[in-house]
Amino acid sequence: MNKAAPQPLYLDNHENNTFKFILNELKPKGKIFTPFNIISVPVIITGLIIMYIRFTQGIGSVTNLSQEVPWGLWIGFDVVTGVAFAGGAYVLVFMVYILNLEKYRPIVRVTVLNGFLAYLFYSAALLLDLGRPLSIINVIIGNNFGVSSVLFLVGWHFLLYMLALLLEFSPAIAEWLNARKARKFLSGLTLAAVIFGITLSVLHQSGIGALFLMAKDKIHPLWYNAYMPLMFVVSSVFGGISMVILEGSISSKVFDYQLDKDHHKQHNSILHGLSKICAVGMFVYLFMQVLIFVHQQNMPYLFSPMGYWFMFEMLGFVLLPMLLFFQSYRTHNIGMIKAASVLTLLGIVLNRMNISIIAFQYEAAVRYVPTWQEFVVTLTIIFIEIWVLRWIITRMPVLRKSPDWAKSNH
Amino acid sequence: MKKIDRRFFLKAMGVTAATLAVGTSKTTAGDPAHEVGDLPELKGILFDATKCKGCYGCEYDCAWEHELTEPDVIDEDERRKTDHTRRTVVNKYNTSKGEVFVKTQCMNCNDPACGAACLTQAMHKTKDGSVIWREDKCMGCRYCMVSCPFDMPKFEYHSTNPKIEKCDMCYKLQQQGEMPACAYNCPNEALYFGTRRELIFEANKRIAENPELYYPHIYGEHEAGGSSWMYISPVPFEELGFNTKIQNKSYPSLTKGFISSIAPVDILLPAALLGIYEATKKPKSGTHEKEELS
Repeated sequence: MNKAAPQPLYLDNHENNTFKFILNELKPKGKIFTPFNIISVPVIITGLIIMYIRFTQGIGSVTNLSQEVPWGLWIGFDVVTGVAFAGGAYVLVFMVYILNLEKYRPIVRVTVLNGFLAYLFYSAALLLDLGRPLSIINVIIGNNFGVSSVLFLVGWHFLLYMLALLLEFSPAIAEWLNARKARKFLSGLTLAAVIFGITLSVLHQSGIGALFLMAKDKIHPLWYNAYMPLMFVVSSVFGGISMVILEGSISSKVFDYQLDKDHHKQHNSILHGLSKICAVGMFVYLFMQVLIFVHQQNMPYLFSPMGYWFMFEMLGFVLLPMLLFFQSYRTHNIGMIKAASVLTLLGIVLNRMNISIIAFQYEAAVRYVPTWQEFVVTLTIIFIEIWVLRWIITRMPVLRKSPDWAKSNH
Repeated sequence: MKKIDRRFFLKAMGVTAATLAVGTSKTTAGDPAHEVGDLPELKGILFDATKCKGCYGCEYDCAWEHELTEPDVIDEDERRKTDHTRRTVVNKYNTSKGEVFVKTQCMNCNDPACGAACLTQAMHKTKDGSVIWREDKCMGCRYCMVSCPFDMPKFEYHSTNPKIEKCDMCYKLQQQGEMPACAYNCPNEALYFGTRRELIFEANKRIAENPELYYPHIYGEHEAGGSSWMYISPVPFEELGFNTKIQNKSYPSLTKGFISSIAPVDILLPAALLGIYEATKKPKSGTHEKEELS
């Protein structure tokens, strides 16, 4: 974590010491008592205890879920919101590998890694929420494919996309292990992984919106519409990119020693490009929201508590960040881009939480409010993910350049 | 490079063909409405609110039949809901025509939202009309509960191996040629068991013969695409706490459009992406091209 961190050593194949190398790499590098570690370790320990209680006494022992509200924070935030945040991976690989926009190449690896880890940990969150997690095998190998289920299709697209992301990232692992032949083979698969990854992403991002289509009478009409799948894809574009902007800003500070001088110059230019994509994406999204609003004749709902809440989301967390993105593109104001991306991310959280929790069963007598245990488990998952991310970034060529052999590899 | 592109193309074809196969099979295999064919021959139960005297006997019969906890009717004015300990409840409503008792349980829809939602086919509409829950398949995701417009599947939140509880019209008894426990035991003939066709005929007959007594509507004939449980009542159904926002189209029809668009997207998008890639690829020497893919 500090600037004096040693430059990583590359594995030398000639000495045949793979085992020793990995053992050595498993040891912590950098300082142990950083503020992040001091905060995260107690949270993770508490979270693991709560998970143990959940598996020994049932989901109801640690959550406030009810017969009316069967999906709470673990699904609404970890899965429904988290998947939108991880959308940056498919947007960026589309730009770099399909559109060949070389400018964005320096941030592709870290974005793909973020995406992969995000999906890995959301799957873990999903398992926590399943009442009978072992039966998930029925979805994968069973003869009981519920092919008319949106969740089935989302699940499979989710699973295959994780594989695609792993393939897209695998050249970095090969470079870390100094596996030259494997790297050559794996990077040959990248384009295929990218093409299927984008397809799978579009479908599962929209599928998460489609999950709520049958809950027609339960979701407030301001949020429920037949176009939810489309809205979820469009918002995952700017939501994912905003996450890339935020993560990029944080990791370029934290992992400063990994970056060369070129990167800093490029970084601002990359941010400008990304802010333009966000601005246009949000414009499209807002336009579609207005169309739906007019088409569904939602005006009568607007002047009610739910209506004000809807306006708060649309004006404060879609319109405002959109204007900030447009403005920052014209004035080249990096600070404004970061502020806009934070607002956008909050807007995505609001939107997904509204659809899955707040405007869900809006007429119910007893409202669902997550327990503190649900919050701690959510934080635990995020913290463990950051630990793994940090472990990988300090070891593999993610932010820093690939070793020389990988560049001249034929 | 040309060769590799062709390989990608063939791979794309293979995967898309597989997706198409999955995509098309769903329209026949996964759709309960197609499976059961002639819908009116499904079995069902008609509840006549003019006949129910509120003895709560059906609650006891249901609890005994399904080995659930005994009902606890302490306060008649309390609005109770079904949950993981009781598959059915009877509630009293003070209406414009006096006291009316209504039995509530899973409607066993013709095209159930829970069945379309279930990704392991644990929720299943049988040919007899019951919507059953199969323990060995369920993974406890509770998507059925999210999807059900009547909020009927109930989950055991305090169990490490939770079950879903809901009325299945005594599927096991029906398999042995017997009637559902509540319909068999009802002392006031408020519950009438038969095929849906018979029930609709009977309900219409009662309404027609006694137009003063009945409100002219059969709840469940068309609601949510029709259900095995149907209701006739002396008062409009809003007064009895029924959800009258329920649409007449089946709930799975809301996701049909999305599901049928998946296969085309899975096929066309990779092809389009490959096309864009080829179109935007900069002509470079072999070395650079390799680097581009890393």
